[in-house]
Amino acid sequence: MSFSRKHLLGLEDLEAKEIIEILNTAVPCKDIIKREIKKLPTLRGRSVVTLFFEPSTRTRISFELAAKRLGADTVSIAINTSSVQKGENFVDTVKTVEALGADFIVLRHSVAGSPQLLAETVKCRVINAGDGAHEHPTQALLDLFTLRERCGEIAGLKVVIVGDIMHSRVAKSNIYGLSKLGADVTVVGPPTLLPPGIEELGVRVMTDLDAALEEANVVNVLRIQKERQQKGLFPSLREYTRLYGLTKERLARAPRDLIIMHPGPANLGVEISEEAATDPRSVITTQVTNGVAVRMALLYLMSGGENGDELLN
Amino acid sequence: MAMNCLIKNGLLVDPVADRYGEYDLMIKEGKIVGVGKDLAGEGLEVIDARNLVIMPGLIDLHVHLREPGQEEKETIATGTRAAAKGGFTSITAMPNTIPSADSASVITFVKAKSKEEGVVRVYPVGNITKGGVGRELAELADLTEAGAVAFSDDGLSILNAEVERYAFMYGKLFNKPFLLHCEDKNLTADGVMHEGTVSTRLGLKGIPAVAEEVIIARDLLLAEETGARIHLCHISTKRSLDLFRGAKARGVKVTAEVTPHHLTLTDQEVAGYNTATKVSPPLRPLQDVEALQEALIEGAIDLIATDHAPHTKEEKHQEYSLAPFGMTGLETALGVILTKFYHTGKISLERIVQLMSVNPAKVLNIPGGTLKEGSPADLILLDLNTEWEVKKDDFISKGKNSPFIGKKLKGKNLATMVAGEWVYKS
Ligand SMILES: [Zn+2]
Repeated sequence: MSFSRKHLLGLEDLEAKEIIEILNTAVPCKDIIKREIKKLPTLRGRSVVTLFFEPSTRTRISFELAAKRLGADTVSIAINTSSVQKGENFVDTVKTVEALGADFIVLRHSVAGSPQLLAETVKCRVINAGDGAHEHPTQALLDLFTLRERCGEIAGLKVVIVGDIMHSRVAKSNIYGLSKLGADVTVVGPPTLLPPGIEELGVRVMTDLDAALEEANVVNVLRIQKERQQKGLFPSLREYTRLYGLTKERLARAPRDLIIMHPGPANLGVEISEEAATDPRSVITTQVTNGVAVRMALLYLMSGGENGDELLN
Repeated sequence: MAMNCLIKNGLLVDPVADRYGEYDLMIKEGKIVGVGKDLAGEGLEVIDARNLVIMPGLIDLHVHLREPGQEEKETIATGTRAAAKGGFTSITAMPNTIPSADSASVITFVKAKSKEEGVVRVYPVGNITKGGVGRELAELADLTEAGAVAFSDDGLSILNAEVERYAFMYGKLFNKPFLLHCEDKNLTADGVMHEGTVSTRLGLKGIPAVAEEVIIARDLLLAEETGARIHLCHISTKRSLDLFRGAKARGVKVTAEVTPHHLTLTDQEVAGYNTATKVSPPLRPLQDVEALQEALIEGAIDLIATDHAPHTKEEKHQEYSLAPFGMTGLETALGVILTKFYHTGKISLERIVQLMSVNPAKVLNIPGGTLKEGSPADLILLDLNTEWEVKKDDFISKGKNSPFIGKKLKGKNLATMVAGEWVYKS
């Protein structure tokens, strides 16, 4: 089997077997990273452009490292959104980027649906690196990879995603990916941060984090944006932390083998305490390493690679 | 140049004159001078309307002509030609132009320009408040004298209830309706589509249904208390309908319109992020659409208006959240209504005439809605059975932002006459 998608816009339309293929391919990729083989020739002569309309150092660097390991040329373009609003049009910008000779555009944008618009506008391949509150598929893929590495199997895992589900692309891509691979997902947050109809995506919805954690195997803690408080969605960060933060005390009551995840960057002391982030049960730094492996696998498969085995030679 | 002619053998649908059947129409000097069987019109040009339906020209109470100020989106010249093509012989010009129609001079300009460059009758609507921003009353007497047929701050609701209450009270000096766009801007916030499962899936910021309903409830109460005559623009939810029906039953002077798009499209259309689906109020879920359809069929809704809101290609060809709200409607409205309601047997041709001609004329207190003797010769000839596909390149309007592009419709206007003159022929 080969991965035949032209673009990766989200996990909603991927099939389980396609997700598994990416995860399988990421296994040898991770070995390559660990063995410190500098470069593979797979993407030699190809260019991967990271086009970020929203700053995210870690996602951008992760993509660039992945592309470089496969021998691609990388170009990173960061666009200040304030200048875009002053009339620099998205469609014009992306056409220019394509004309400069991109084979892949990795797009981060604050507006949901922008990767779709990009894919409709250019001829090159598009990878969504996060669009508004829509999807962040590679984050979910690296989360899945990390869980599979830890637990062997995703089916049957009880995963709690806690925090700002309303505005979270990470939550959505995780929900799609986890559900397709047979995990049991619960989302937890204050009612103001739970989007309408989220249960129709096949998740359980709860508002009490302690109760949700009782049976959980995994907790994925989402970053809380401080401006949500200013918009009146909850009264204070202090109260948010008390109700939904993964604090030392709450962790002490949680199952002993609970796996702790966070997509980063964390607001330590707000949604997660420093103790929880550095607890032996935390896989947060592993997630970062795995991000490169998963993105390598994706670039490899999208550029026509058949299966991961040849990566080992 | 108005012509004298005889239109023969068409199927006349004129519920006001209680006529439905094959009639000949004699037209002289811009007026209907005779309606009957086998009329002899010596020396008159004879038009054979065999197999065609003759209706009073349609009247659209909700049109954004964009002139003055946004001629890149639409002009009076292009907008009225689009109207003529769609079968409309009278349209309003909504006041959210640049400058806003909050002074007599803008009303005068729109009237003069329409006379010079327009092909259908244009009735300007004046603002309720200065600049249409809901703070201070506009000079309603001046606007009335200049020729405004109604008052509206369309696009926005007057958020300050005191300002609206005074407007409703002061407005009793004039027998003009208030056309109200009902949305609480604090609740819509920066939402771009209906808030629900689809917005959650797409990751787009939602606009809750209650943003519309809360203002409708308030406006109905203020109208009830002040005795003002109000017209609810483009209502789109089941609860809005319930509020409207309840108030009407209590005797509140209220009418309401729905749009062809809210009647036929759901929020599912937004999947794919086609910005032509971005409209205010937003496309709603199926249960709301079905409630609107039922209300239309039962006769609870007064009229259909398009909320024709053209935008440029560039404005719509960008990220969903950044594209402006609004879709065009003049050239598709009749086809959509015929396809979805007439050809499915849900409403009759007479009812369509009521909804799209008679009642808008009544609300605005303007001529039209009938072809009885002495009426202006504003009429259309349509072929009920022509099947056609909505194509971007076929629009006369400058705005190509239609969610119906690519859809197949059945029934089409073939010719439009205003004051005895053909202003559109296919
Ligand atoms: Zn409106």
